[in-house]
Amino acid sequence: MKTQNNRGWFFVLPVLLLVAFNALIPIMTVVNYSVQETFGANVFFWQGLDWFQQLLNSDRFHAALGRQFLFTGLILAIEVPLGIIIALSMPRQGFWVPVCLVLMALPMLIPWNVVGAMWNIFTLPDIGLLGYFMNHTLGINYDMTQNPFAAWVTIVTMDVWHWTSLVVLLSYAGLVSIPDAYYQAAKIDGASAWSVFRYIQLPKMKTVLTIAILLRFMDSFNIYTEPFVLTGGGPGNSTTLLSIDLVKIALGQFDLGPAAAMSLIYFAITLLVSWLFYTLMTKDDAK
Amino acid sequence: MKKRYIIPVLYIAFLMLPIYWLIAMSFKTTNEILSGFSLFPQTFTLANYKVIFTDPTWYWGYINSIAYVTLNTVISVTVALPAAYAFSRYRFLGDKQLFFWLLTNRMAPAAVFALPFFQLYSAVGLFDTYLAVALAHTLFNVPLAVWILEGFMGGVPKELDETAYVDGYSFPRFFVTVFLPTIKAGVGVAAFFCFMFSWVELLLAKTLTAVAAKPIAATMTKTASSAGYELGLLAAAGTLTIIPGAIVIYFVRNYIAKGFALGRV
Repeated sequence: MKTQNNRGWFFVLPVLLLVAFNALIPIMTVVNYSVQETFGANVFFWQGLDWFQQLLNSDRFHAALGRQFLFTGLILAIEVPLGIIIALSMPRQGFWVPVCLVLMALPMLIPWNVVGAMWNIFTLPDIGLLGYFMNHTLGINYDMTQNPFAAWVTIVTMDVWHWTSLVVLLSYAGLVSIPDAYYQAAKIDGASAWSVFRYIQLPKMKTVLTIAILLRFMDSFNIYTEPFVLTGGGPGNSTTLLSIDLVKIALGQFDLGPAAAMSLIYFAITLLVSWLFYTLMTKDDAK
Repeated sequence: MKKRYIIPVLYIAFLMLPIYWLIAMSFKTTNEILSGFSLFPQTFTLANYKVIFTDPTWYWGYINSIAYVTLNTVISVTVALPAAYAFSRYRFLGDKQLFFWLLTNRMAPAAVFALPFFQLYSAVGLFDTYLAVALAHTLFNVPLAVWILEGFMGGVPKELDETAYVDGYSFPRFFVTVFLPTIKAGVGVAAFFCFMFSWVELLLAKTLTAVAAKPIAATMTKTASSAGYELGLLAAAGTLTIIPGAIVIYFVRNYIAKGFALGRV
């Protein structure tokens, strides 16, 4: 049982100051820009909610948002089941466990732009391993600088390559925490592999899977560097996800007002969806 | 060998292919790369690595990256320790709201913060220093470190604290000599994740630096665009960025899977 003690605030103070400096000041800057118009030279005019209205009616924003949801939906639909399957089939003890874990964690520790550059080199049509294999061995016309479908397949595959291991590591951590007695009991009852998974393994993995899905949602929704380096948002606008579009508006065109309004809406959507996920997935525990 | 092991084996093979290709490229000459496809380097060369180890703009990139990542890890874990202790031991006014607010910072898109961060850190005179990048990365690393450490601390029985007080330990002495050693695995895991997310992030690191603290990743993007198409050099630089991560994973290999498992949701 925890003690009721407001001394807790004293311990939290350093974190509070640091995060307030990093989060509150920039967010207020963004709020400030979002209601003003500027022509440079630090001259600002009051604009009210015009930027928000403009943005919510803009086809460009709707398209980027749609692509973002498509991307996040696709990678969650692939990475979560795949991660669980891999975790289930991994050895539980012995020499190969740390070997598997180290090799699987490796992609997550590669700087994001190197991931993009690596996949670029890997998929170049005539000199990349995958590009050569697809074009010359299989005879499929594969060039992500020309073909939007190929570009999409590539960024989704890249993300699966990059982050499935997170789901694997977390699910695996949940699995190894199940005591042997549970499996023995299931064996005596003659439970099928499916019921072992459904009634023993899945419930035990629920907490870690919640964390995995939340983290994957947040990070894939905010993804910028990897697709930017790999495709630059192209061909055309076909892989321009929300962050890429935002940086284009903010730093490319220097339209601070619209970019700020977009930032706030973007952040609000991320918060809302994360909160929905969190509430849905933990709702049974509250009972 | 059991049949199901084929799945992790195939998965690891899939993970290793692009990495193999990057490493193979780094040992090829630019001529060989552009002249056509070859599975193994035909004329094995170390020239690409030689450029990186002799050109200061290249090797300083590595030193800069390692400097701000280390600084960030130290700051994040140090401030997160007392906060995580408070969340795991005390109930105080607004604790749940505060915890959730901390986590929302983990959800903030870096692209949203890039420009305001540039202005903020220029205004306080920290632009282009290690400290600026280290502080900026605490935005997403501190919440994560608090989250992980709180999970590990929650697993330590409260009797430990009480026994220490009865034995006459002051709070700081108890925290450093008794409590910290008990949760050292947690500190290791938290430090690992802070290192990882700071090492891989580029957008903020690039925005907050110009020359003196420029990360290796930014040096790479600049080379990719300005020096034409030096794929071999780019591949060698990329290969070298994998090494620090690989070393760090090796050290925490036995704890890595537990890192989040013990955290609370």
